Amino acid sequence: MPKRVIWGAGVLLLVMAAAYASFYVAPTERTMGAIQRIFYFHAASAWAGMTAFLICFVANLQYVLGRKQKWDWIGVSAAEVGLAFTTVVLITGPIWAHPVWGIWWTWDARLTSTFVLWLLYVAYLMLRSMVEEPDRRALLSAIFGIFAFLDVPLVFGAIRWWRTQHPQPVIMGSPGSGLEPTMRKVFFFSVLAMHALMVLLVSERYRLEKLRGEFQELQREAEAG
Amino acid sequence: MKNLDSIFAAYLLGWGVFFVFYLSVARRTAALRGEVERLKASLTKGK
Repeated sequence: MPKRVIWGAGVLLLVMAAAYASFYVAPTERTMGAIQRIFYFHAASAWAGMTAFLICFVANLQYVLGRKQKWDWIGVSAAEVGLAFTTVVLITGPIWAHPVWGIWWTWDARLTSTFVLWLLYVAYLMLRSMVEEPDRRALLSAIFGIFAFLDVPLVFGAIRWWRTQHPQPVIMGSPGSGLEPTMRKVFFFSVLAMHALMVLLVSERYRLEKLRGEFQELQREAEAG
Repeated sequence: MKNLDSIFAAYLLGWGVFFVFYLSVARRTAALRGEVERLKASLTKGK
């Protein structure tokens, strides 16, 4: 059996176990009730998305410094995957917010900076589709990607620096904040599962980009011959 | 369980996004692999 299939099955089992734990292991939160269980999916997806954007940022820097094609491929792969995770965050957040806040959305610092982050990486992918020459495309998008990542610390800090409708942090928050021990374990298990899924998706997307590189090489060979 | 429909919607839509993304990567990879094979075959024929 190919390694990829085993790895994929492992990730699937891990995310299923995390979903099970968030419904049957984690206790029901006292104020919000069962709806709070979305937290394990919503926040874990947000963490995995931020890690994907961090990978994209490192790859963008590496490309600008060394101009190796591999870093461009990692950059675009991580950006697309990070965008998928952020899309999940922007969908699950309002579904959680509506019964709790009575509104789907508000333009507070956390929600707005997350939406801006989503737009920035959509722009990153649009920019790539508009530039045809591969080296120019890689350099321009790497520079834009470095700029886009500047929003990530803003997203992280928004609920720490400003008063927001979005809840204050329960991890790495102020003294007195935090999670009930079982909730904390389930949360970190969900974070692990979503990171495994993120790595799997980035590696699948990287394979596509590598194949595209091979295709362009063959095209050049065909045109020269 | 209160708000079960919202929890169900969040998980369904969230996993839907990942599924559609994975499917799109798999389809793009399969299409490109076909192109690579076709190009390789035409280059070998031309030699």
